[in-house]
Order: sequence, then C-alpha cells, then structure tokens
Amino acid sequence: MKLNRKDLLNLESLSSEEIELILNTAVPFKKLFTHSIKKVPTLRGKTVAFLFYEPSTRTRTSFELAAKRLAADTLDLAVPLSSVQKGESLLDTGKTLEAMKVDFIVIRHSENGAPELLSKNLNVHVVNAGDGTHEHPTQGLLDLFTLREKKKKIKGLRVVILGDILHSRVARSNLWGLTKMGAKVTLCGPKSLLPEEIKRAFGKSVRIEYDLKKAVEDADAINVLRIQKERQSQGFITSLTEYIERYGLHQNKISWLKKDCIVLHPGPMNRGIEIDSPVADGERSVILEQVTNGIAIRMAVLYLLAGSTLNPQAALENP
Amino acid sequence: MENLLIFGGRVIDPKNNRDGFFDLLITNGKISKIAKKIIPQKNFKLIPAQDQWVMPGLVDAHVHLREPGGENSETIFSGAKAAVSGGVTSLLAMANTSPPIDTPKKIKFVLKRAQKSLAKVYPVGAVTQGLQGKKLTNFSQMVKAGCAAFSDDGRCVMDSAVLREALEKAKKLGKVVIEHCEDHQLSENGSMNEGPVSQKLGVCGIPSQSEAVMVARDIFLAQLTLSPLHCAHVSCKESVELIRAAKRKGIPVSAETCPHYFTLTETAVKGHGTFAKMKPPLRRDEDVKAIKEALKDGTIDLIATDHAPHSLESKKKSFEQAPFGIIGLETLFVLVYEELILKKILSPLKAVKLLTENPARIFGLPSGNLSQGSPADIFIFDPKAKWTYKKENVQSKSFNSPFLGRTFKGKVKMTLVNGKIVF
Amino acid sequence: MNKKIGEKDFKKILEEIVSKFVKENKDSLKEGSIGLVGIHTRGVILAKRIALILQKKYKSQVAVGSLDITLYRDDVGEIGKQPLVKETDIPFSIEGRTILLVDDVLYTGRTIRSALDALLELGRPKLIRLTVMADRAGRELPIQADYCGTEISVGKNEEIQIKVKEIDGEDGIWVLKK
Repeated sequence: MKLNRKDLLNLESLSSEEIELILNTAVPFKKLFTHSIKKVPTLRGKTVAFLFYEPSTRTRTSFELAAKRLAADTLDLAVPLSSVQKGESLLDTGKTLEAMKVDFIVIRHSENGAPELLSKNLNVHVVNAGDGTHEHPTQGLLDLFTLREKKKKIKGLRVVILGDILHSRVARSNLWGLTKMGAKVTLCGPKSLLPEEIKRAFGKSVRIEYDLKKAVEDADAINVLRIQKERQSQGFITSLTEYIERYGLHQNKISWLKKDCIVLHPGPMNRGIEIDSPVADGERSVILEQVTNGIAIRMAVLYLLAGSTLNPQAALENP
Repeated sequence: MENLLIFGGRVIDPKNNRDGFFDLLITNGKISKIAKKIIPQKNFKLIPAQDQWVMPGLVDAHVHLREPGGENSETIFSGAKAAVSGGVTSLLAMANTSPPIDTPKKIKFVLKRAQKSLAKVYPVGAVTQGLQGKKLTNFSQMVKAGCAAFSDDGRCVMDSAVLREALEKAKKLGKVVIEHCEDHQLSENGSMNEGPVSQKLGVCGIPSQSEAVMVARDIFLAQLTLSPLHCAHVSCKESVELIRAAKRKGIPVSAETCPHYFTLTETAVKGHGTFAKMKPPLRRDEDVKAIKEALKDGTIDLIATDHAPHSLESKKKSFEQAPFGIIGLETLFVLVYEELILKKILSPLKAVKLLTENPARIFGLPSGNLSQGSPADIFIFDPKAKWTYKKENVQSKSFNSPFLGRTFKGKVKMTLVNGKIVF
Repeated sequence: MNKKIGEKDFKKILEEIVSKFVKENKDSLKEGSIGLVGIHTRGVILAKRIALILQKKYKSQVAVGSLDITLYRDDVGEIGKQPLVKETDIPFSIEGRTILLVDDVLYTGRTIRSALDALLELGRPKLIRLTVMADRAGRELPIQADYCGTEISVGKNEEIQIKVKEIDGEDGIWVLKK
C-alpha cells in the first residue's frame, strides 16, 4: 500500500486504505516524541513553505514542528506582511514559491478550493491546512488517530459531532474520515447550523439528532466543534445563552454520557460556551493528546507525500 | 449574379415544416429556390451535402461578447467567429459590458463593430442606466439606434415598479424584455447549487428558489402589463412549473434554457472546478429531467447558450472567487444533437425549431428559416463525424468550457451567412 | 532459487557467532550491560534467537530491542520511494551499554550507516558491534561486520535471502536471481 498522491487536499477523495496507511505511519512517528532527540533526518534538504491566509497558531505550529522533526527547512510567508497585501494573486504567490523550489506548500485559506487551485497549477506538494468551510484534512486524520488510539478501532464506533456543522471544515473532514472507516456518526446541533439536507450529502450512515441528550446517550466519543461567536450576529444562533443550555457540553450534562465516552475538541476552545472547564480538563478529555497526535499525523503526511510519485494533475483543463 | 447550389442534403426547416431531401439554390445571398431536384447550370457553384443536414443558421438569443471593456476574454469579432464555427449565424449580444450598452450611441458602437464580424450581431440594450436597476434607459431612442431587445442580464431588475414600466415601454416599441431571474438577496455569497454537493464542499449555495421567486414575480408583471417577457436561462424544476402554468393562462411569457442545464448536474463541480461555475448554477437530476420535459411540451421556447467568456487568469482562482459563466457557442448544436436528438427527447425538426424559428419569432429577427427570399443563413451539419473539443481548436478567445475533452458525435461542416461561406 | 545453507548449518552459524561474541565480551556479559538491537525485520528475529542462545547456553538474560532505520535512509524523499515506517522499540537505555547490532545480510553498508545514526540519537553506548548472518561483496561504505556468519559470493544480478521460521516457515540462506 502506498499513498500515491501529490497533495493532501481533502479526506473525501481518500480511500479507507489510504487513511489507514497514514494512521499507521503516524504511530512510529509519535513514538519518536519519547526520545530525547525527537528529530530524524528523513526530509533533510526539503523545504516546507507555510502560506497562511487566516490566522492560526496551533495548526501552523504543529505543521512547523512536524516539518522540523523531519529535518526539513521551513519558510513562513507571513502573509499579512508579504506581497499578498499588495494584491498579488494566490496563484502568483504559489508560482513564486514553486520558482524558489520549495517542495511543500502548506496552505490555509478562507476560500473553499484555494488548495485545489494550487494543486492543479503547481508542481509542488500541496497540503490543505484548512480551506474556508470545506475541509481540514489533517485535523480529521488526527481526530481519527486519537479515536483509534483510545478505542482500539474505529469501525462500529459511535461518534457524535456537536455544534456548527454547517460552517465547520473540521466537521466535514471528520464526517468523511469517520464514515469511510466505518464509524456510526451522529450530528448534533441547532437546526440553523445543521440542515436536514446534510443527511442527503453524507448518506445513511449519518444520523441527525437535534436533542443533545438523545445524541450522546450511547456515544463512544464526542467531538465538540468551536462555536464562532459571530454566528449570533449572522442570525444562525438566536441566543448564546440558549445555545449553551441546549448544546454546550458542560459538566451538568456529563451524567448523560457512557462511562468510557471521550471528548475531543479541535481547539481553540471557547471555554464556557461549547465546552466548560470541568469537561475540557476532565478525565474524559483527550484534547491535549489531539495536539500531540497532530504533529505525528502531519509528519506522516509530509513523509508519505514526499515519497509519492510526483503526479501533477493535467493542469488547466478545468481549473 | 452568383448562384450557389447546395444539393443532396437532408433539409430541416421547421418554419416551413420541412424535413426531407431537397436541393437549395442561393442567388445573390438569398434563398432563391428550394426543390426536390434542381439541375445545376454552368455558372453554379456546387456544395454537395449528401449525408449532411442542411438547416437554417442558428439564432442564439443569449450571448456575451464582452466588448467594450472585456476584450481580453472576447471581442465582437472573436465571438462572432466562435458563433459561426458552431453553426450560429445570428445572435443577441447582451448589454452587460463595461461600460454597459445603455445609450443609443453605444448601440451604434456595437453595430459598427459588428459590421466586419462573420455572424449577424443584434445588440440588446440595458433596461436600466448602468444596469443599476433604478432609472430606465431611453428605450425609444435605443430602438431607433437598432436595439433588438432589452435586458439587464447578469443582474435581475429587482425593483418591480421599474420592471413594470420597462415592460410597458418595450411593448409599445414592439420589443421584448429579457429577464435574468434571480433574487440577489437570496443568492448572495452563493457560488453553486444549494444541495448535497454544496454541503459536501462546504460551499455557500444558491437555492433554485432564488430563480423561481423572480420567475413568479415576472410572470405577474407580464400578466399585469400584458407585455411579452422572456425568462433567460431557466435552470430548475420550480421555474418550469411556474412558466407552464402561466402559459396555460395565456400570460405572454417565453422562456429559454441552455445546453448545460439539460446536460450537467451540480456534481460537475467536483474538485472545485471553476469551469462548471455559472449562474444560475448547475442543478439536480430532477431539474435536468424537468428541463427536458419542458423542452418537449413547449414550456421552454428556445435554447440559447449564455456564452460567457472569461479569461483563464480570471477563472484560475479559488472556486468562490472565480467569476460565473461558461462559453457555449461552439458546443450548442452538438449538445442538442447528442443530448436531445440522439436520446430521442426531441425530433430533429422540433430541436431545430428551438434554435431557429422560435428565437427569430420572439425577437422579430428576419432569419431562422429557409423560406424562398430569406437571407441565405445556412448551417450544414455532419451527423456522423466524430471530433473532440480541445483547447487548441476553441475559436472563442476564452476556453472556459466544462465540455473540453469531450468527444462529440456530429460536427459543424459549414456555415453560410447571406450566402457567403464563413466557416 | 538456490539453497546455500540449510536449517542445521543455520543453527550452527548462529551458535558460532554467539560463542565468539561471548568470548570477546565476558566482562560486559557479567555486568549485564549488553543489549541486542535487531534491524527490522529479520534482524529482530535473529537478535531474539541470539538472546535465546545466550539464555540457554550461557545463562545470561539479555534484552532485545528493534530498530527501524527507514527515517534514516539516504534515499527517502526521492520520487517514488515510500517505504513503510515501522516502530523502533528499544526497551532499555543504550547509554554506556555494549550493543550488538544484528542484521541479516551485509551488502552496501548503507543500512548499517542508517542504523548507527538512528542508534546514536538514542544515547551514547560504550561500544557497538555488528553481526550479520551473511556477507556479500559490494560495499559502498567502509563498514565491516565484527561477527560474520558466512561469506557468500554472488553475482550482481543475484540476491541473498535469509529465511527464518517465524516469518518464512523455515530457516536457511538462499540465493535467488533478481
């Protein structure tokens, strides 16, 4: 089994075997973190460029550590200060990096499909670090990795994704990953953030439940999404207080959960809103392990892409 | 005197309800005779058309030529060249150029630029000044200058009172208002059909209803003013149902659709391909079905391209940033042939009617038929030839087509405008 | 495919290796400061066999670790190269220990170079010795085995394959055409 891809753009197009390979590869990488020297010389001489059009601390740092622990050189474009501000187009910025012979571009962008645009037009490995409301594939993978590590397997697992499903790229990557790996997914959130139509998009293996208690009763894991406060001014949430009461995973609802149900959160958390401190810091929480696992997953992704047969897609036919 | 004899072909001329083997004589740019057999004389130039279809040149009621202002993506000349290579000999050029065609002077500009072009270009004038949707343009002066119809296409005339006035004025001048039916508030931020695929991609959607609510309103206004109103690029089931009911009531509304709406669905957007991004967006299977049904029963009167060229640079953006629109002139007839005629949705005669007689009648154009005395705008089609639509042989200045790479059965063999071979 | 060494000789070779090693490392053995490190995949099996012989014949308990050298190879990151990464699991500190590194075949020497790099990042052993079941010509780096089972001369288009019961169902050394 090989990951024969130039880029990691989404989980939608990955097969369960490919996902499995990435997860398996991340296991030995995680083991490296227990060594006093955490760095391996594998990607010596390769350059990983970060092109982040949206602010991000944890994802960028995680990718940076992953690259550095593989001995790659890293380059941060610091988008707000660069020529991007002077109106340079995304593709031109990408082409400039290509001309500088970087090997990887890790991109985060507020527009859906921005990584695909680079992928189709550049002969560089492109890794999607989150695009708009589309996907955040490495987050999806690290959530799968964490689940598998904690629960031994993913197939048959009951996983609840809770919160703003409509606008969440984390939810979308999780949905693809979990359904491909055979988990039973329940989506839970207010109707305005969880349209019934999503069921048509993701098929029968996905259940929609507007009642949090019913959703979490038999869950093995709950992935709590970040609620963006501006959703209230946009009219998706009528009242934050009401949201917290119905959908906030707070200590007062913990008795609804099975004993061994674990809680994930992609971060950064809004403590007191979608999750409260007793839950976030409690014994069910695997939130910090997700952070550790994120580095291992990103190392696995960089490693596998580096060794894949470079296969730039026939550019331009349908940009 | 020049005589041109097209002989041995299958002539399909809906206006004269003719589908059979005829010879066609062209004298001085006009059709002078049509008969089962015409004996060629010495000075006749001969065009053999055995195994070919001979039809009136197609009339495309919806084309964006981008000139003035967008010459890097298309010009009147290049657009007309693309038209004749697709069998289109007459076309309506939309007004949303920059600046928009909203004065008699600008109408004259288009007509002047079109003099050298290979196809007949009929300029559409803007309904409102600057396409702003507020103040009407000078309808009567524009008609005098040569404006063929009125439309703010690209934008919907959102103010009902403004549209009512436009309909009344246009009626007096014997012209039709073409409406781009879209509730811009409802479709705001959207870049593809709202549904399972947009949910999967996380892209903000455009519901069918943003089209249908405006179709409904426009029908009411046509009823109120008893003025002819034409709904451009109908894409969904909801609109079809409204138009069908309106026609039953005798409301003077006509409708068009485009080849992509009976060929592709929203799934073509896979991988965020910007060549499948247009407005209205590609819809669902059930919409494609409804459109075909509407073509069959006459609810939809005509098929136009909504040819919307965009340079590669502008389409090479992320899906949400890329502009709406695809080119269509060169694939118009082959798509109708493959998707409607070969699949037995429409007979050849009925299909050609939707591309010739009907648009010519609705917009009062002299072409679209092979009657004796009519201008010899003729389109010869080889129903057996196979070809692949490739970037290299695109005639338009832009090649933003989702059909690139597709192999078609049936090929444009020759196009004549006023008896002159232009392709 | 051509069998060079059968099961009996295979066992004998291993025992000879161990006997030579014990002779040269008596003190360390007494101190219990010896660690065996096998290189994935067959080196690990061989290291476990050696540990078993040490235990049975010499009554010495010696710990065994496994080393995956994939991440230290000098050809990863090249187009099309995507070897599976396996786990490195060395359940003892190598600091100050005598390490016996175990692999199946010594050929170019590049694997051993990678293994030394990988090992040294885990600490500072007192000394490292290398043992292999079979040695063939074709070294690309100045690396030699301290305890070599057998030398086999093979052509450029031939390959030595070590088989072990645990994986292949039988013990033996084979030469096969590439």
